[in-house]
Amino acid sequence: MNKLITKIGNLQFENPTILASGIMGEDAGSMNRIIASGAGGIVTKSIGIIPRTGYPNPTFVELEHGLLNAMGLPNPGIDAFSEELQQLTKTKTPIIGSIYGANSEEFINLAQKMESYKVDAIELNVSCPHAKRFGLEVGSDPVLLQEITNAVKQSVHIPVFVKLSPNVTSIADIASAAEKGGADAIVAINTVKAMKINIELQRPILANKIGGYSGKAIKPIGVRCVYEIAERVQIPIIGAGGITDGKDVIEYIMAGATAVQIGSAVYYRDIDVFKKICNECTTWLHEHNVKKLSELVGVAHT
Amino acid sequence: MNQPRITEICSIKKEAENIFSIAFDDPRDIKPGQFYMIWIPGVDEIPMSVSSITDTTKMITFRILGDATKALASLHTYDKIGIRGPYGNGFTIAGKSLLFVGGGTGVAMLAPAVEEALRKKIKTTVIIGTKTESEIFFDQRLHQQGAHVLITTDDGSRGIKGFASDLAKDILEKEQFDGVLTCGPEIMMKKLLTVCDHLNFQASLERYMKCAVGICGQCCIGEGMRVCVEGPVFDKQSLKKFFDFGIYTRDASGKKIKF
Ligand SMILES: Cc1cc2nc3c(=O)[nH]c(=O)nc-3n(C[C@H](O)[C@H](O)[C@H](O)COP(=O)(O)OP(=O)(O)OC[C@H]3O[C@@H](n4cnc5c(N)ncnc54)[C@H](O)[C@@H]3O)c2cc1C
Ligand SMILES: Cc1cc2nc3c(=O)[nH]c(=O)nc-3n(C[C@H](O)[C@H](O)[C@H](O)COP(=O)(O)O)c2cc1C
Ligand code: FES
Repeated sequence: MNKLITKIGNLQFENPTILASGIMGEDAGSMNRIIASGAGGIVTKSIGIIPRTGYPNPTFVELEHGLLNAMGLPNPGIDAFSEELQQLTKTKTPIIGSIYGANSEEFINLAQKMESYKVDAIELNVSCPHAKRFGLEVGSDPVLLQEITNAVKQSVHIPVFVKLSPNVTSIADIASAAEKGGADAIVAINTVKAMKINIELQRPILANKIGGYSGKAIKPIGVRCVYEIAERVQIPIIGAGGITDGKDVIEYIMAGATAVQIGSAVYYRDIDVFKKICNECTTWLHEHNVKKLSELVGVAHT
Repeated sequence: MNQPRITEICSIKKEAENIFSIAFDDPRDIKPGQFYMIWIPGVDEIPMSVSSITDTTKMITFRILGDATKALASLHTYDKIGIRGPYGNGFTIAGKSLLFVGGGTGVAMLAPAVEEALRKKIKTTVIIGTKTESEIFFDQRLHQQGAHVLITTDDGSRGIKGFASDLAKDILEKEQFDGVLTCGPEIMMKKLLTVCDHLNFQASLERYMKCAVGICGQCCIGEGMRVCVEGPVFDKQSLKKFFDFGIYTRDASGKKIKF
């Protein structure tokens, strides 16, 4: 029996490890490689209306306990992206199309195109910490977020996930707004706003100066966010942030997540990280006499 | 830790028309074929292959193309740059006789590989192919170390008139080689691959790079092979599998650009 099988609404994932947006998700070849390496699902790079080159380099730097990036949402635009999705190998692995926009109209347009490209769900990226106009400006305003979520829900027939930022006063309030807007699941969290200054040159390393922090260092923040959200909403939560091994997955599940997304761990443990983490989860469940991972969802809430 | 180390420029030298070399302090080991990310503060961070290796200093050699390379060429001794790396794999240098084919600036990154081959007492032939005579560099350096250096120019201003890949084809028909190592325009390398079916073949590829550590996915080719991690040097078996090799590359947004 597969102890790791996970369901979010009607979508079935062979295991709970989903590739997070922005990591190896920009072209068909990369996505095919990630599917072959055992991910339970994949989220595409966040796609917008028109092509974006992103910020100039440096866009990436490794810090002591995590990774800092300000890619600036580079993507070829929704029209060019259809070709990539057409070239995906046919599998049962759910494909989630991530989109970002500046207003409801853009989000609707993007979501409808994604649906026509046959993705299994839509993820609204309203949480990029370093893209002006897009991202956090939408995701920190509950009224706007509810309106956009609702507009997208009305315009497509596939599930809509909303990915939230920890860079807000109350992530639970924002999650609640997304739920009211009709979201099918919450994804938490996107990266945490952060900065690195090179003291030798007395200047920030990233060309954009401020970036998003990911990896091990942000796991406690992600777990806290998932926990708080789980106390407020009824819809499933997909946990993300610093998940690097099987125990991290178990912790997120206990906080209230149904599935998880994995990004930076691709850097720490390479592309077969999905298989490795699944094996670690299975071993843990076996050692602790737990029949199914799903039995652990939210058990830390007493 | 994958973050820029600040280092001072030891020397800067003009090699040919629009081509410059910069040497800087770096005691780390680097293999021929590997590359650095070079941070020009306030301008950009770009990938550059190592073009000369000593224990204490390393060199990069580049053509002025745009903002970053223009800024690099205008730096002076003692100016500071950031370097990260070395990244990627390098060439495997083995056999009794090797043919190196460098198109354009490609010879810059082949040079330390040629020198390693010579140190290993491998019989070494180098073809340097450029558009015109003023763009030729490193021919003296490699000749003096004992390589057999041949030159082609598109306009016939020096050496044999024609493409480096055509000369390589002629030579491969006449002489025995154990392997061909190449760097240059992708179309040239693809042509070369078709005449090297019976040989060990290694080519160094270029793709737009951002993270250089295999996470952002910007530099992928074929089925998700990362030029920054699994490359930039690929062997014949891998190259043959890349449906996009010699067909298209991608710009900074990920949009396809046909060659
Ligand atoms: C692994 C690797 C090793 C390289 N080694 C050398 C070398 O030894 N000598 C040399 O002259 N050139 C080398 N290049 C190419 C060099 O990085 C680009 O020509 C350089 O970045 C141009 O920058 P620019 O700002 O001057 O030009 P721009 O005007 O910004 O761009 C001109 C062209 O350069 C390329 N480019 C720009 N930024 C990047 C980037 N971040 N990553 C990849 N390509 C980019 C693009 O194709 C672009 O169209 C290498 C590239 C790679 C991927
Ligand atoms: C290089 C990089 C690029 C990213 N790009 C996106 C993106 O385009 N859209 C998005 O929603 N999140 C993006 N993220 C955030 C991740 O999807 C994820 O939410 C975050 O990194 C936390 O998870 P992790 O610690 O497992 O990496 C990016 C993260 C990284 C490191
Ligand atoms: S440059 Fe980021 S994966 Fe290669």
